[in-house]
Amino acid sequence: MSSQPNRLAKGGMIDRSKLVRFTFDGEPLTGFQGDTLASALLANGMSLVGRSFKYHRPRGILTAGSEEPNALVELRSGARREPNTRATTIELYDGLAAASQNCWPSLRLDLLAANQIFSPIFGAGFYYKTFMWPAAFWEKLYEPAIRRAAGLGRAAEAPDPDHYEKTNAFCDVLVIGGGPAGLSAALAATRSGARVILCEEDFRLGGRLLAERYEIDGRPATDWVEAAEAELESLANCRILRRTTVQGVYDGGTYAAIERVNDHVAKPPAHEPRQRLWRIVAKRAVLAAGAIERPIVFGNNDRPGVMLAGAVRAYVNRYGVTPGRRAVIFADNDDAFRTAEDLAQAGVTVAALIDARKSASPRAQAAAETAQARYLSGATIQQVRGGHGVRGIVVGDASGNTERFACDLVAVSGGWNPTVNLTTHLNGKPQWSDALSALVPGTLPPRMSVAGAASGSFGLGAFLAEGHDAGLAAAAECGFTAKVRGTPAVADDAGATPSPLWQVANSRGKAFVDFQNDVTVSDVKLAAREGFRIPEHLKRYTTLGMATDQGKTSNANGAAVLANVTGRYVGAVGTTTFRPPYTPIAISAFAGHHRGQDFRPARLAPSHAWAEEQGAVFVETGPWLRALYYPKRGEEPQDAVNREVANVRKAVGVCDVSTLGKIDVQGRDAGTFLDRVYANTFSALPVGKARYGLMLREDGFVLDDGTTARLAEDHYFMTTTTANAVKVMQHLEFAQQCLWPELDVELVSVTEQWAQYAVAGPRARDVLQAVVDPAYDLSNAAFPYLACGDVTVCGGTPGRLYRLSFSGELAYEVAVPARYGDSLVRAIMQAGAAYGIAPYGTEALGVLRIEKGHPAGGELNGQTTAHDLGFGKMLSAKKDFIGRFMAGRPALTDPERPSLVGLRPLDRGERIRAGAHLIPKDAEAVAGNDLGYVTSIAFSPSLNHWLGLGLLVRGPERHGEILRAYDPVRGGDVLVEVRPPCFIDPEGERLRV
Amino acid sequence: MRIKCPYCGERALEEFTYRGDATVTRPQSLEPSATDAWVEYVYFRENPAGLHKEHWHHSAGCHAWLVVTRNITTHEIVAVEFEGEGAKT
Repeated sequence: MSSQPNRLAKGGMIDRSKLVRFTFDGEPLTGFQGDTLASALLANGMSLVGRSFKYHRPRGILTAGSEEPNALVELRSGARREPNTRATTIELYDGLAAASQNCWPSLRLDLLAANQIFSPIFGAGFYYKTFMWPAAFWEKLYEPAIRRAAGLGRAAEAPDPDHYEKTNAFCDVLVIGGGPAGLSAALAATRSGARVILCEEDFRLGGRLLAERYEIDGRPATDWVEAAEAELESLANCRILRRTTVQGVYDGGTYAAIERVNDHVAKPPAHEPRQRLWRIVAKRAVLAAGAIERPIVFGNNDRPGVMLAGAVRAYVNRYGVTPGRRAVIFADNDDAFRTAEDLAQAGVTVAALIDARKSASPRAQAAAETAQARYLSGATIQQVRGGHGVRGIVVGDASGNTERFACDLVAVSGGWNPTVNLTTHLNGKPQWSDALSALVPGTLPPRMSVAGAASGSFGLGAFLAEGHDAGLAAAAECGFTAKVRGTPAVADDAGATPSPLWQVANSRGKAFVDFQNDVTVSDVKLAAREGFRIPEHLKRYTTLGMATDQGKTSNANGAAVLANVTGRYVGAVGTTTFRPPYTPIAISAFAGHHRGQDFRPARLAPSHAWAEEQGAVFVETGPWLRALYYPKRGEEPQDAVNREVANVRKAVGVCDVSTLGKIDVQGRDAGTFLDRVYANTFSALPVGKARYGLMLREDGFVLDDGTTARLAEDHYFMTTTTANAVKVMQHLEFAQQCLWPELDVELVSVTEQWAQYAVAGPRARDVLQAVVDPAYDLSNAAFPYLACGDVTVCGGTPGRLYRLSFSGELAYEVAVPARYGDSLVRAIMQAGAAYGIAPYGTEALGVLRIEKGHPAGGELNGQTTAHDLGFGKMLSAKKDFIGRFMAGRPALTDPERPSLVGLRPLDRGERIRAGAHLIPKDAEAVAGNDLGYVTSIAFSPSLNHWLGLGLLVRGPERHGEILRAYDPVRGGDVLVEVRPPCFIDPEGERLRV
Repeated sequence: MRIKCPYCGERALEEFTYRGDATVTRPQSLEPSATDAWVEYVYFRENPAGLHKEHWHHSAGCHAWLVVTRNITTHEIVAVEFEGEGAKT
């Protein structure tokens, strides 16, 4: 319990009654409830927490927020290990285990720090210059070596055991940031009656009010925060999202936010997500994201113990921790020198206030007096002494005098940069403010306003007033105009208006601009010398601002150093573009529940459970799970398929075809409509008949095929392929609504309303007669091939019967409302038992259709024409239809186009592979000799050899020719004989019996 | 992006399917002289830096085909109509 040597005796918003145990690099430590990992490490006197990316420099904690570039750790272990987590945002919890990263063998003794010695070759562009040659060395030598030497944390290697979710929210006013301006905006808008969502990145509302010793209405500002929070909690029209970072702004008032629901516990409670991705749609937004303090660039400004002044105040005031025992403050603005007062108040010795401004500031002088510290104006830090931590500084003034100070903490401030990031996400451009020497919001996303420090105004009074006005205005724009009371009284603290010191000239040691990517002033100079003179180029060449912190503490200084080096005005240098996300987001949060087999919902046919009982192996077909084959115990897949195919050819089989797209087409002009969307004619189809139809795209290529039945004069029933069901429906709706709105036709997708089964094989009629009620005559004369009509089955259940055949055998498709599907397939199986019925899956379906030469997926590939598929004669010349004109283009009817043929191996024992290229028998296997390729293959149990379909130049003229089917990928080189596509019963006698 | 469907109200982008230019008109003629018109209709598209009329299908909603007038550079949507309401321009 005597640990935490740097914990102040009192103060801070931590619960000292709740001791929290955690480990860092295996060392057991303690902190308190309300600590972050960073504040707890500081309380334990640990200022060295990591090693830098390139040079393995010892690094500490620079900030107290999500902008932290240095204090990156690996959090948790095993499958939950998360690299590059900012210690400044990790809430301490009991059992937390964190480890330093990018050091070997240990944090204090990191041998890879030798990289510093070689720093000349690690300068800007070193990848491009050093590892150019020979190319083969890159993969084997350079990259692995660089990866070992440079880098950040290690990702977990096991799948993430936690789950993540996505959700939506809608509101009138979204307030981004729960500091003084944000709270003030949320209060005003909520009191007006608007629906408000307030997002705060921290686990606690208050923003800078938690870190400063401000007063509001004569009481500590934290009292006002608590009252505001309590009021907002009590009002039903306000939702507060803590631990929630708004990450991006999108069109139409859409905002993405990440809520860290359970990152502050070791393991999320059962059924709770670790993180939640919010999509918030807001009519208005108030951005109150605050500001981020700028470091100053000087030699060894990255030593552990050099910390932003605002962060020092946060650790002292909010966490009751002093980051050091003897402090020096180095700044160019009055705001920072308040740190001296806060440290002195906490009993910490302040050695000196180093004011970079030439003329002494009364405000800073007063602070020095309070802290009983030396005050030096017109002075800068020339040198930082100490390796693993600050041991002292050397201060120099304009006349060249130097003075040494012993200290272990340097609080630095170069002023504040408004957090403009979200204002630029929709192509907004920030603008340079000379008054602030910072970028301030320029053009804003539609319906967003900015309040508080984010807008570039400083001072507590301004924060509260601006927030209030912005909240009120946003609510009013949404129609909420109730009168609300104004903002409380504050003793206004003058805003920071620095005359900034960006960098200390001629200080000793490496002067870092970007801490996380180890970019120094020398790198910026080198880049400028080599012509990279605009920030976007500088960024790519030096990686400045490209690290996980995206340059939150470095972009401004980078631009300023670049301006200095190139002799330009800093406001004219410009900036890089800020893009979402604001802070790094776990990929899992984007995936949400859509992982593995839950990537998308699976659609199940009505008889899925029955198929499972039959032992079916399923395959994804579009969004559906379909039975691939039904293996018997111990049966090999190929044997199962062979058996299923043979059973259809010799006896009878049943196949679930419910997944085919089904579209009900009704209306006086239904026939005319179908004539225009199909290449062949449907208006002349008699009632009670079905017909194969071919659909083209407007560019003349084949879109889809299927059968359409005419159930009544004004009623057709269309089927599409399973894969194209959605696309065809959309295509038809476009034709109906946009091309020919004058036609009287209505379309309804009824795919899910009907369960449909193909019963195929010589005994199909016998089976159907036992299922369809006796009133219906199924004889060939009464119900011939391509007949269709309403029937009842199983004693009165309404259904439809179609005499269609994909297999080439005597076959029917029988349909019932989906809820009867399971019962019907069981009835079919029962009725078929006497005839040897067996279910067959999509694999057998494929074999049957290849034996018959029917084109399907491999041939309907979006690149084939009706002519290619042998359907040229189906293109009606008597009517206009979609694709007609373009299908007639010479190139699309060129006989040189590859067109459909059947293929069988010359040596019947050999196997043909799909994808093999067809080349002349004695020709060399080069692209110039390519005549086409194999589109589909199957082992035909009926013929007892492999066969295939292919697309072949002048295919129909080559029947009987011998070609090479050349498959270099799998080493296949087989002689094949070109045949007509149909191998079984080409006259179609079997299906007409 | 959010589109205000005249039937369903304002809905998120992923409910809609984009088709493209809504200003083209399908030629009536099937004569060889209409080749240029057909090629224009099937392949050629304007890509104005500014307002453009586009076809969007409310595929996860009411299945209406909509003509959306959208500023391509800002994604601002200024009108959403059913086909036929807005004259083709």
